[in-house]
Amino acid sequence: MNPIVLWFHKLGSPPYFYRFAGRCLPWLYASAILFAIIGLYGGLVVAPADYQQGDSFRIMYVHVPCAWMGLFAYAFMAANGFVALVWRIKLSETLAMASAPIGAAFTFITLVTGSLWGQPTWGTWWTWDARLTSELVLLFLYFGVIGLYYSIEDRRQAARAAAFLALVGVVNLPIVHYSVQWWNTLHQGTTVSLLGPSRIDPRMLWPLVLMALATHLYFFASVLARARVELIDLESGKRWVREMLSRQPGVEISDV
Amino acid sequence: MSDFFAMGGYAAYVWPSYALFFIVLLIDAVAPLRQRNRILRELQRRVTRQRARKTS
Repeated sequence: MNPIVLWFHKLGSPPYFYRFAGRCLPWLYASAILFAIIGLYGGLVVAPADYQQGDSFRIMYVHVPCAWMGLFAYAFMAANGFVALVWRIKLSETLAMASAPIGAAFTFITLVTGSLWGQPTWGTWWTWDARLTSELVLLFLYFGVIGLYYSIEDRRQAARAAAFLALVGVVNLPIVHYSVQWWNTLHQGTTVSLLGPSRIDPRMLWPLVLMALATHLYFFASVLARARVELIDLESGKRWVREMLSRQPGVEISDV
Repeated sequence: MSDFFAMGGYAAYVWPSYALFFIVLLIDAVAPLRQRNRILRELQRRVTRQRARKTS
């Protein structure tokens, strides 16, 4: 078999994933913190004040990366949910459910910092326009997925039901993204684009790119950490968990 | 330095945004650690129960 395909098969096995994720975690956390420190220094100190918004635009360096992550985490959750529903892979169920609370956290930060940015620039904390409303719907979709997951007793059935809800909610992703084009909104349009030129000064752009990198790395660190814990719970009766725990100091469950 | 903290008069909006970002992500980072401890305690209790049943 192709070595990459083989590796993916191995990664699907919980004990292998547990060890692999454990090795990745310190690197992910460390690089996320490093990029965040440089990005924050660039965003708060190096970047010049905006000619219209003054220093209030610096909220962008937490608001925009979190908004991107809210969408990214949802796409990641839905993709894993799809794999979980079609191929019934336990690890995909776990990864999908692990990304829901992180995505909800990012979406919550986006909404509150957006509000804090809206007050000085638009003169209002909140308005029911397309971008803000669809972002709020995104937060409620996350709550729906998390709530459904915890309302069903059987963990695996719960994960599949919640994954289905997550897939239905994918319809909201293009609505959030294109809302600033499709409707007249108070929210500004896209300034940073992956394809084509960005309409932003390079001195303001590079800290944003670093913050985006840092939040992506943090997301993967948090997903892996949550998935590891969830796997211990799901597989608590299995031999690999017992063996792993018996090696932990202060835990005595070896002879069961 | 005080210029930096004043944020051109927008300090009341900029700093709470950054504080929220760090507080929420810190809570998120600690959550799996707390859950791990809870699961381990639960497992330990289950095992002690099973052992007590076996010996009695």
